[in-house]
Amino acid sequence: MSDKRGILGSSPLRVDGLEKSAGATRYLDDLPAGGAWWGATVRSQHPHARILSIRFDRSLAPPDAVFVHAGDIDGRNGLQILDDHWPILAQDEVHHVGEAIALVAAPTREDALRAAGAVEVEYEPLDTILGWESAEQAEPLYDLAMVEGDTEEMLARAQGGGDDELILIEGEYFSGHQEHLYIETQAMLAEWLDGRLIVTGSMQCPYYVKSALQHVFGLGEGELRVVGRSMGGAFGGKEDYPSLLAAHAALLSRAAQRPVKIVYDRHEDIIATTKRHPSHTRIRSAVRRDGTLVAARVDLDLDGGAYLGLSPVVLSRGLLHATGPYQIPNVSIRARVLRTNTIPSGAFRGFGAPQSEFAWERHMDRIGRSLGIDPLSLRQRNVLHPGDSLPTGQIMDESCSAAQVLEEAARKSDFTQRWQQYEEQREMEDPFGRGHQRIIHGLGLSLSFHGAGFTGLGEHKMRSPVTVRLAPDGKLEILSSATEMGQGMLTVLPMLAADATGLRLEDVVMHEPDTDVVPDSGPTVASRTSMIVGGAAAKAAKGLVKKILEWKEEQLGAGPLQLAASQLSGTSGFIASFREVAREYRTTGLPSEFTARNEPPAWQKFDETSYHGSAYPTYSYSAQVIEVEVDTDTLEIHTTHATVVAEVGKVLHELQCRGQIEGGTLQALGWALWEEMKLEKGRFLNDRMATYIVPTILDAPVMDVTLLESPWPGPPQGAKGVGELPMDGPAAAVCAAIENATGITSDRIPATPEILLDALRASSTGAGR
Amino acid sequence: MKIRFTLNGKIVQAEGRPTDRLLDLLRRDFGLTAAKEGCGEGECGACTVLLDGETVLSCLLPLLQVDGRNVMTVEGLAESEKGRDYLERFAAKGGVQCGACTPGIVLSGARLLQDHPQPSREEISHALGGNICRCTGYEAILRALSEEPGAILDDLLPEPLPSGSDLPGNPKERGE
Repeated sequence: MSDKRGILGSSPLRVDGLEKSAGATRYLDDLPAGGAWWGATVRSQHPHARILSIRFDRSLAPPDAVFVHAGDIDGRNGLQILDDHWPILAQDEVHHVGEAIALVAAPTREDALRAAGAVEVEYEPLDTILGWESAEQAEPLYDLAMVEGDTEEMLARAQGGGDDELILIEGEYFSGHQEHLYIETQAMLAEWLDGRLIVTGSMQCPYYVKSALQHVFGLGEGELRVVGRSMGGAFGGKEDYPSLLAAHAALLSRAAQRPVKIVYDRHEDIIATTKRHPSHTRIRSAVRRDGTLVAARVDLDLDGGAYLGLSPVVLSRGLLHATGPYQIPNVSIRARVLRTNTIPSGAFRGFGAPQSEFAWERHMDRIGRSLGIDPLSLRQRNVLHPGDSLPTGQIMDESCSAAQVLEEAARKSDFTQRWQQYEEQREMEDPFGRGHQRIIHGLGLSLSFHGAGFTGLGEHKMRSPVTVRLAPDGKLEILSSATEMGQGMLTVLPMLAADATGLRLEDVVMHEPDTDVVPDSGPTVASRTSMIVGGAAAKAAKGLVKKILEWKEEQLGAGPLQLAASQLSGTSGFIASFREVAREYRTTGLPSEFTARNEPPAWQKFDETSYHGSAYPTYSYSAQVIEVEVDTDTLEIHTTHATVVAEVGKVLHELQCRGQIEGGTLQALGWALWEEMKLEKGRFLNDRMATYIVPTILDAPVMDVTLLESPWPGPPQGAKGVGELPMDGPAAAVCAAIENATGITSDRIPATPEILLDALRASSTGAGR
Repeated sequence: MKIRFTLNGKIVQAEGRPTDRLLDLLRRDFGLTAAKEGCGEGECGACTVLLDGETVLSCLLPLLQVDGRNVMTVEGLAESEKGRDYLERFAAKGGVQCGACTPGIVLSGARLLQDHPQPSREEISHALGGNICRCTGYEAILRALSEEPGAILDDLLPEPLPSGSDLPGNPKERGE
């Protein structure tokens, strides 16, 4: 599309598209070695133990190998995230299997592995906290609460039968660990040059890495530089962990006095890096016979693993999404992060919301079944409309389209009629009875929402700056710390700048995220980049172009802004003349850059103690209908069709937006059905790709994605967050589909055949069949 | 051992242990870094290359089996105009996100188009069953391949495709 007014919402070839399909993109491990040595890590074999001794037997190691342990850290031996209790290298005790104890480096990967084998650690095993039961006995790592209305009173009335209209409905829901399984494993290169530390690697947040390294090495602002490379996938898994890896590489590089690279192989990546928090949610609700939600008490527990990491903010988002996009006058939530002797849980697409929304949407189905109300009608009765309020007191803005996505997804899939038909079929014929059909069908519906950007006042504190500068060739260059992990920001941010200025997409480029050059526009997380960083980029680009045109007007003696006004029309004449004017402008030596900040809405207030107020400026919405085939002999689930209707405000790059929804949907189905991480004594049993099962193309349903547009009043052009939204809803929908087909209540994911068989046996016993 | 083989249309030599992996040879000795190690155990398909026109996993292929044979990587495919156009169409239709699995996916796709110039959804799924993509949900990949105009490898393949699927087990006698 050549008309600049049309660039937003179109689908130009992504800037890195051909380069990537031709295999020319250089991820960290694809860069020339440049004399770098390889690093390797010695890891704990115990979930909790005292370290009695660490011995490096040089006679067994390659001659030049270097060895580093906690005693070699002269600064702070702690990974600065929210606290710094997660050690860079374990000191006296280890708290999870796979925890880093010592590091080695050698000229080749083989040598490094040999050197790691020359390290012997003596342990004294200690008591462990493993599993929900023992975790509940211990002191939680963190907790939060929010109360609105009088939930306990309503629950008591429902329970005591004091109110005929009010029914008490209770449920309990579980979800497991999930591994990110980005295709490019964690990779980092560190080098000390004249006392200055330079780190390059696969990371979502260069400034997080920078501050973590400053903390460990006591370095000043100017004493280190961090550069983020294009990532071969991240999904949150490269938000927290790369800081630890960078510290390891930097320690080794200092010891070896040369660049050191650490690239995990798949097995190591699975045993060492963070995972999605397992969850255990208990819900007690009071509901009217007509399905109106009156009160809900939610107890949300997340398994944080051995160290706090990012858990408090994951928990916070989990809490804020715990009762879905519904109006409920009385809500009481207690949320905790429990400590266990497992790998620390961390950021993973959705960040707590998928867990709490899974539980809530399953609970909605439980309510529907208890009252004999179909899934669509129950949701329609309680769904939020503009002007309604969330339990936090936030009034939903005009862009709130929860009801629309729900209706559209149901209409497109002919949901209620088909759901009813499978229900009747199941009632007529026991799916597991004599002479049953082997393959049976079902479909399930869920409704989800996702708050855009940082939780609470995060964006107010950050006020992300983005700089746009004029390159020598007259192009605009965007300077931000945003990183490319596949989501397509390399294309979307220039599109926004082009839209704001009337230039073409090819007239705007992104600078690589290099902390020596770019401002800290925040981490690339929380579905915030297009919306928050993109909004600031558009503003900065506009500011710079305006400044240049004003200068030209002054030169020509034209009235203020006449030139800008007449020429900001996106014509090719404008573009050609802008380049010329820009080149001319550069020769004047006048400032050729402009910095703008994201300005979160002034009305947004949030009380971080009571959890009241507007936790997010706006929300994205999605409804999904998942269809399944169930093999009644094996309880194997095949997802055949996914109808997803998503509303993400203004759609910026249509194809990429669709790609996010499609990819997130399958990732959520993987979490719901196949991606089981089996733990035994704190050790993952399936710690290889051969045993950790992610969806292949043969597992993927046909996806029918509809994008509805309901722009919110804020920048850029009303776009909201996209990336995490599709992770929130599909798990509940697929469990509902299994239930529709089989009658098995599936409140525990991953809903593997084993889990479903247990549930089937339990329900058969209960029903006295 | 020393080996000679055809790499992206040129005859090359290499030296190493018989058990060295083709993947390492490509990445380290020839600087061809498109093929990735996603798992190192033949599960993810990120290291897929064509050996005598058939898709193989270069992380499982020992150097011993490469001697005298024809290897094509996506860098080789990108050298031809037809290949480049195919790669651009694949990206333009949303088949690419993070890009790490892409070199393997596009080679499996190209090989499929040789047998099925207008592949069905089932044929694509079957051919790409060994290539894990964690980003796209596969829908855009299915869309891109099903809209392809036809075969693209014709001029790039060494000779008529071997009929049996005996690869990578038995190196063929070439008598070079």
